Amino acid sequence: MSSLSLFVIIILYLGILFFLAFIAEKRATSKWVNNPYIYTLSLAVYCSAWTYYGSVGVAATTGISFLAIYLGPVIAAPFWILILRKIIRISKQHKISSIADFISLRYGNNRLLGALITIVCVLGTVPYIALQLKAISETFEIMTLSVSIEKTKVFSDYTIYIALLIAVFATFFGTQKTDASEKHKGIVASVAFESIIKLLFFLIVGIYVTFFLFGGTEDIYNQISSSANFTEITTMNGFENGFNWFFTILLSFFAIFLLPRQFQVSVVENNREKHLKKAIWLFPLYLLLFNLFVVFIAWGGLITFGNSNNSEYFTLLLPLQHGNYFLASLVFIGGFSAVISMVVVSTLALSTMVSNNLIIPYGFLDKFSRNQNDKNARYIKGIRRVSIFVIIIASYYFYFYFSVPLSLYSIGLVSFVIISQLAPSFFLGLFWNRGSSKGAIFGLIVGFLVTLYTLVIPVSISAFTNSDYFVNQGLFGINFLKPYSLFGLDFLSPHAHATFWSLFFNGITLAVISLSGKGNYRERNYAEMFIDTRNYSKLGDSALVWKGEAYVADIKNVLTKFLGLARTERALSLFFRKYDLPPDTQMADARLINFSEKLLTGSIGSASSKILIANVVKEEEISLVEVLQILDESKEALASNKALNEKTNELTQLTSELQSANQELIFQYKQKDEFLDTVAHELKTPLTSIKASAEILQDDFDEMPAELRNKFMGNIEQEVDRLSRLVNHILDIEKLEHNRAKLILKPTNMLDTIEKVTRNLSQLAKEKNILFEIEDVSSVIALYDEDRIIQVLTNLVSNSIKFSDKPKGKISFSFSQKEDFLEVYIEDNSKGIPENDKNHVFDKFYQSENQNTLKPSGSGLGLAISKQIVQKHGGEIWLEKTNNEGSIFVFSLPFN
Amino acid sequence: MKKILIVDDEPNIVMSLEYTFKKKGFQVFIARDGSEALELLENNIPDIIVLDVMMPKVDGYQTIKKIKENEKLKETKVIFLSAKNKTSDVEKGLQLGADKYLLKPFSVKKLVSEVDELLG
Repeated sequence: MSSLSLFVIIILYLGILFFLAFIAEKRATSKWVNNPYIYTLSLAVYCSAWTYYGSVGVAATTGISFLAIYLGPVIAAPFWILILRKIIRISKQHKISSIADFISLRYGNNRLLGALITIVCVLGTVPYIALQLKAISETFEIMTLSVSIEKTKVFSDYTIYIALLIAVFATFFGTQKTDASEKHKGIVASVAFESIIKLLFFLIVGIYVTFFLFGGTEDIYNQISSSANFTEITTMNGFENGFNWFFTILLSFFAIFLLPRQFQVSVVENNREKHLKKAIWLFPLYLLLFNLFVVFIAWGGLITFGNSNNSEYFTLLLPLQHGNYFLASLVFIGGFSAVISMVVVSTLALSTMVSNNLIIPYGFLDKFSRNQNDKNARYIKGIRRVSIFVIIIASYYFYFYFSVPLSLYSIGLVSFVIISQLAPSFFLGLFWNRGSSKGAIFGLIVGFLVTLYTLVIPVSISAFTNSDYFVNQGLFGINFLKPYSLFGLDFLSPHAHATFWSLFFNGITLAVISLSGKGNYRERNYAEMFIDTRNYSKLGDSALVWKGEAYVADIKNVLTKFLGLARTERALSLFFRKYDLPPDTQMADARLINFSEKLLTGSIGSASSKILIANVVKEEEISLVEVLQILDESKEALASNKALNEKTNELTQLTSELQSANQELIFQYKQKDEFLDTVAHELKTPLTSIKASAEILQDDFDEMPAELRNKFMGNIEQEVDRLSRLVNHILDIEKLEHNRAKLILKPTNMLDTIEKVTRNLSQLAKEKNILFEIEDVSSVIALYDEDRIIQVLTNLVSNSIKFSDKPKGKISFSFSQKEDFLEVYIEDNSKGIPENDKNHVFDKFYQSENQNTLKPSGSGLGLAISKQIVQKHGGEIWLEKTNNEGSIFVFSLPFN
Repeated sequence: MKKILIVDDEPNIVMSLEYTFKKKGFQVFIARDGSEALELLENNIPDIIVLDVMMPKVDGYQTIKKIKENEKLKETKVIFLSAKNKTSDVEKGLQLGADKYLLKPFSVKKLVSEVDELLG
């Protein structure tokens, strides 16, 4: 086949892809481009030329170890629901457009980390792209039967043109929008289409080789089993090889998450989380189908060509050998598809990273903040376009100058090991909140350096100088520093060995540095968000603690420069509506700052947007201590709010208490008033009598009869008695109420005390025919002031006598000894106390209206004084029962 | 013959006033509280009533209200006797229609001259 016709085929095929991508962009919302199958097929960008050609080569030379590269993704698939969903969620929230953005955001939007990751990705991907170009170049040679092209002039090589065409394709569909986090439907659709093509054609050639060139799988097996190195290529070689398998699987496990192109299709281009559910079983199935015939093609090739250096291209060579150019062309197109999709998606992903994480934050920000938005958008797109071309051209040069001596498989593995350096910061960052940006940066650097030393340098030296000195002797001839058996670890294959040590040092560095420092508030905040995605959605814009001040107008200015006025205003009005803020809000709060950063992230990357926004925000450094303080304060605020509530309640209660106290005071004041009134009345009344009697006696002493004269004189004497008794009582109650009365407490027998009272009152009782009865007990000892208790008893008993109305009166005393106090019961059969008076009998000057029509002789203070006395003793006095059959008064005295 | 009603719950005071006004030639009625007084007033119309304010059951204030409601007692004069010496108490008493308000302890001679003055 002539090289021109093959080139035409390539152009035609690219034309189909262009058309397809174009349609997909046009109908970006259609179901045809938004379904789980397209998503799964786009994930198959994983299967590059390495898979398409390299696997067969490996199968032919070292046996089934090629499978390890696909076992990693198959093992990873079930974890997608857990891990990938989380990543997708976070990325959508923050408009993440690349893995560099993702990891650097996790570590507090660290600019340096983002840049380092970009560099690592570029270094890991460029050889990988070179590997694709190498595949194109070599298959092109095979197809055109030019066994070996003189590679002296770059421009005489078709590969450069093909590479440039791919770059045009990637540029055209990859940089339509400034916001890199937006979907690239055209590219995704073309990748999905290519995934079908490469699988289909690979299966066709597999079937062709197995069933047409040979008599089926059994036939191939029988033929190959007689070959010399049969056992070598069909078995796993013991324990050490098991380790190699393990590390290869681990590498590919990481790769499915970390390869820039995988992150691009699985996260950035994902438009529905639920598509994952289908992908987790469809994608492994795809890989299985792809590997179905690898072994048979390899064996078929070995049988046909013997141990060939060109075993990687058996898929092409076999049909060509049998003159089947059509099939060979199909195979070529399939391989070309694998290359195109890999190169396009990789360069797209890398160009976004290079522009957003390397170039913009390190040089163009100042310029951007001065320019208008359309100019900025042009600049950003320009940077990405140039990046795509630069990456592809760089890859071409890498291929042109370095890749000849290296196999596809070995370049692929080196790329994997380099990319896997992102694994510690990525995976630990997702699940360990202590990981710090410093740790991630140093871990990455250390891991990368170890990879260089243990893999890149020795592989390069061996390939280009054909000298094994470095590998065999180590650095400075030190045995422990042998690059393939560092520190004496000598049983692993070079890539497994490099994987082990690089990840070991990378992880250890990350862990140690993270644990030794605390990190700043930004990374602590993001760490919490990344790890706790469930609460994360709730936190949203306000998740960050932020201190400082900014004007909405300034932020709007910055946004306008990148998004344009219309989009900016729409976004801000949405924001204000969401948080219920007035549209003319002047000062920006933390939520607006975060919101704006997110808006810009898609265009210029998270680190850059942070820097830009920070320019207009007078942010004050917040130390971790302050963050914790803020958290504490909000806790305290909650607590003090609670305390405040309690205080308010207390105050309310106090107020009401105060009110009632006030009322009580007013009441007492009134009472005092009334008391004074009453005292005045009680004093003035006898005085009036005395004065009147005295006047009469003075005027009529001689003329009035002696009997009347004596009566008036008796009145005077009676009223004077009354006066003095009243005065005594008033003084007494005054003393008791104001604690000036001293009690002389002595253990005394209550029986004796009652005896004294009844003796004193026996004359009065006899007059009203009243009998005293005392409960028959030997003694009732209590601690009290006897004179005072005599007063109490006298008051009670004389009241009973006063109100006695039965022909046979009775007053009985009984006792009840409780645990702590003694109760004395005084029961009579008097006429009782009316309902109205029951509650007032102990009030001062309260005199029953139900007494005899004749003014009773009491002062109205007797029971009030008794109450005071009993209370002074620590006891109580009360009216237990009263009705017209009699009353029971009780007073209690504590024993101590 | 002039008629006087003495309303007070203090027997000794009543005794002194009864003696004094009898000696002056009054027909003296006695009541020991407001209700007794009002009962008595249903059949007798005195020229003057000497009314104590602080009494059990129906006090002086309530009694004078009833008295003033009675058309037949329109001409009857009322003198309050009270230990309540605050201006507000005196005013209340006069407002209710008393002609005089005497503070306890009063002089019997003063009361007699007040009565003479009121009855002309």
